[in-house]
Amino acid sequence: MMKDAILENRKSYCEVVAFRVSDQDFCFDLTSVREIRGWTETTMLPHAQPYVKGVINLRGSVVPVVDLSERLGLGATEPGPRNVIIITVLGQRTVGLLADVVSDILTVSETDIQPIPDIIDDGVRRFISGVLLVEGRMIRKMDLEMIIPTDGRSAG
Amino acid sequence: MSGADDFRESFFEECEELLEAMHDGFDQLSEGADDVETMNAVFRAVHSIKGGAGAFGFSELVAFAHDFETALDQVRSGKREADEELLELFRQCGDNLSDLVALARDHGDTPCDGSGALRDRLTEAIGADAVAKAQAEPDFEPVLLDLGIDAPAAAAERHYLIRFEASPGLFATGNDPVALFRTLAKLGDLRVTADLAAVPPLASLDPVACAISWQLSLETADSEAQLREVFEFVEGDCVLDLAEQASGAAAPEEPVALDAPAEMTLPSLASLISDADEAGADSGAAESPEDGAEVDDTAGADPNPARKAAEQAKPAGTIRVHLDKIDKLINLVGELVIKEAMLSQSVAGLAQAKDSDVTVGLESLKQLAGEIQEGVMAIRAQPVKPMFQRMARIVREAGSATGKRVRLVTIGEDTEVDKTVIERLVDPLTHMIRNAIDHGLESGEARAAAGKSPEGTVTLTAAHRSGRVMIDVADDGGGINREKVRALAIERGLIGESDTLSSAEIDNLLFLPGFSSKDEVSELSGRGVGLDVVRSEIHNLGGRVSIQSDPGEGTTFSISLPLTLAVLEGMVIRVADQTMVVPISAIQETLQPKTATIDVIGAGTRVLQNRSGLVPIIDLGGFFGFRAPPDRLDDQVLLLIETYSNQRFALIVDEIQDQRQVVIKSLETNYQQVGGVAAATILGDGRIALIIDPDRIIRDSGPIGASDMSFQLAV
Repeated sequence: MMKDAILENRKSYCEVVAFRVSDQDFCFDLTSVREIRGWTETTMLPHAQPYVKGVINLRGSVVPVVDLSERLGLGATEPGPRNVIIITVLGQRTVGLLADVVSDILTVSETDIQPIPDIIDDGVRRFISGVLLVEGRMIRKMDLEMIIPTDGRSAG
Repeated sequence: MSGADDFRESFFEECEELLEAMHDGFDQLSEGADDVETMNAVFRAVHSIKGGAGAFGFSELVAFAHDFETALDQVRSGKREADEELLELFRQCGDNLSDLVALARDHGDTPCDGSGALRDRLTEAIGADAVAKAQAEPDFEPVLLDLGIDAPAAAAERHYLIRFEASPGLFATGNDPVALFRTLAKLGDLRVTADLAAVPPLASLDPVACAISWQLSLETADSEAQLREVFEFVEGDCVLDLAEQASGAAAPEEPVALDAPAEMTLPSLASLISDADEAGADSGAAESPEDGAEVDDTAGADPNPARKAAEQAKPAGTIRVHLDKIDKLINLVGELVIKEAMLSQSVAGLAQAKDSDVTVGLESLKQLAGEIQEGVMAIRAQPVKPMFQRMARIVREAGSATGKRVRLVTIGEDTEVDKTVIERLVDPLTHMIRNAIDHGLESGEARAAAGKSPEGTVTLTAAHRSGRVMIDVADDGGGINREKVRALAIERGLIGESDTLSSAEIDNLLFLPGFSSKDEVSELSGRGVGLDVVRSEIHNLGGRVSIQSDPGEGTTFSISLPLTLAVLEGMVIRVADQTMVVPISAIQETLQPKTATIDVIGAGTRVLQNRSGLVPIIDLGGFFGFRAPPDRLDDQVLLLIETYSNQRFALIVDEIQDQRQVVIKSLETNYQQVGGVAAATILGDGRIALIIDPDRIIRDSGPIGASDMSFQLAV
C-alpha cells in the first residue's frame, strides 16, 4: 500500500486534512486531496444515490460530488456558499466530497490514531478507520475506500 | 512497447501508404496512363513492402511480393505489354498483397490461400524464363540499401568543406563531436581544425557548453547526403555547413577561414550556402530523368541511397503523430472554447459599452478560438480516399461473385472526414456496395434489353455540405421494385395488406430488421445482415441514411454524417430546472402541444396523433425522476424523436433554449453510466449538461415503447 509506504518514509508521521461534517470532525490523508474549492451548483444526475449531489465541471472534467453528511447518515446538507468541496483522487477516479468547512491540516503520528470506541453509532462507524485526539478534539479518520468504493462502479 | 514493436508498427503504417500508392497506380494504368513513371511507382511500392517484410522475416509476404515484383518488372522494362487481362491479374495480386500484409500484422508469418494460385498465374503470364532468371539473381537484402557507404572507391574522390558549430547544449543531448569526426574519418581523408575564438577565458568557462567550432575538410567518394547522415542525430543542435569543392579545383592546403575566422566566416558562409543549394537542386533535377534507365538493371536492390535521401528531403511532407496527442489537444481546445464563452457571458453581465476594448478583444478571441478549434479538428480529418480504394476491391469481388460487369466511379476522394468516422464507416459502406451490385444492378442481359451499357456503374461520392459529410452510394440499376418490396413486407407481416404507403415509405421498408428484397438469399449480401444494421451503424455515428430511387434509372443511398465524433450538434433544452442536450440527429420536429392532437390511453399514458400513426409521449423530467409528469402540457414543448431503431416517440420538455455544437465529455471516467444519458457536456456558463440517449429512453420506458404499435411507427 502506498499509504503505508509513505507513513514508513516519514517515520510514521503523516499529514491529514481535517474538516467538519454536521458538527463532527473528520480527517483523511492529505495525499488524497487534489484541491479544495467552494461550493458550486451541481448538475443533477438522474437515478443517482441520494448522497450523490450531482456533477460539477472541474476544468473540463465531469466530477461527481458526494454529500458526506448524507453518506454518513447524518442528514442531507443544504449546500450554500460557505460549504466546501474537497476534490479527492482515489485510484483512477476524481470525486468531490461536500463538507461544511475545512478546519486544519495536521501532522499526526501513527501512534496518535486510536481504535474506535465502542460507543460510536454504527452507521458512521463503518466509514471510520480510527480516531485522533488533537487538543481535546476527537477527529475521526475517514476510510475513503468505504466512502467511494473503487471496485464496482455503483457507489452503494 | 519495445523498440522492435515500434519498428514493426511503423513498417505496417508504411505498408498502408505503399499499398495505397500501388492501388493508385493501377487506377491510373487502367485509365490509360501508360507512362513508365506510374509502373515504376507500383514497382517501387511492391518492392519496398518486400524489403520491409524481409527485414521482419515475413517469408510468405516476401515470396509473394517477389514473384509479383518480377512480373511487374517484366512490364516495366517493356518485355511484356500490360494488357487488360494482365492488369486485372495485377489488381488481384495487389489485393492478395494487402491480405498478406494484414495477415502478417495480425498473425505474424502466415500463408494465405490465394497466394499459390496467383503466383502460378503470374508465372504463366510472364513466362517461366523470366521467373527463373529473376530467381537466379540474388534475392533482396535490406542491408543493400546502405550499399553506397562501403562502395569501392572507384567513383571520383570528392572534396568537401564542412563547418561544424555546435550549439551550447550539444553535450546535454549526449552527443560528442569527436565521435562524429571519427565516423567521418572512416569515409575518407579527413582534416579537422578547431576554431577556439569563441572559447571564453577559464574564469567564465562553462564546461558543459560547447564553445568550439570546427572546420573540416574531407576527401571521399561518398555523396553529400551520406555525409549529412553522419550528422543526423545532432541536427538542430548545431550549425552545419557542408559544401562540395569543385572537383577540378585543388583543395586548399589550409582552409582559408581558419587563419582569420572572424573576418572570413560570414562571406564564406554565404558562398557555402549557395553552393549547397545548387548542389541540392542539381541532384534533385538529375534524378527523375534517369529513373527508367537506372532502375532497370537493379532488379534486386533499391535505387541508390542518394536518391532516397533526396526523396526524404522533399518539402511539405507528413509526420506521424499518435492519436492520443491529437485527442488531448482537441480536449484542450474544447476547454478554451468553453472558457471563452464563459468569459463572454460574464463580460456581457458587466453591461459594458458594445464597442469597448474588452468586448472587441473578446470578439477577436472568440474568432481565434473558433479557428484553432477548426484547425485542430482538421488534424484528425483524413481523406476518404483509402476507404474508397478498399471499396474498389469490394466492387471487383462482388462483381465477379455475381457475374456482373461493374465499374466503380469515385468522386470527391479528397473529402476529409474524422478518422474514427472513416474507420466505422467501412462496414456499412461495404454492405451497401455489395447490396448495390447484388440487388441494385441488373444482369448484363437485362441491362442490354433496357438499352443500357452491359457494364453497370456504382458511383461513390463524398462531399462536404453545410457542416456535414455526405456520402452517396449510387447504382445505375433498375431501381427499387416497389411492388415486390410491398408484397414481401405484407408477406413478412411488416405491414398490413390494406396499408397505403407512399413510394418513400416503401423504400424505407428496406431498412426494417429482417427484410431482404431478393427472392432467394444470395451468398453475397444475404448473410442475415440487413440494411437495418447499416442504418443503426450510421445512427451510432450520429448520421442518417436515406434512399432515393427512380425505376429504371437506379438507386442512391445517401449517408449524412457529422464531421467529427468529438462534438455533437445538439438542441439545448430545459426540463425540471435542469439544462440538457438532445442530439439534433434524433429530432425530427418540434411541436406545440396546443396545436397537436393528444389522446390519453389508460392511466395517464399520452399518445400523439401524427401523420404516421400514434406516437407515445414520454415526459423527460418524469423519466429521469426529477418530477411527476405534468397534468397539463400547454406550456411545454414536444420533441418528436426517431431512434436509430426507427422507433418514434415524443419527449415533453419545458423549453427549447438553443441549438449549438457541444463537446462530448464522458460521465464514466469519474462516475458511472447513467440510464438514458449518453454523455455530458459543458455549456457556456461552465455548468455541466447531460446529453440524453433517446434509444435508452425508449428502451427503458417499458411497455409504451415496446407496444405493438411500434412496427407501424417504424415505417
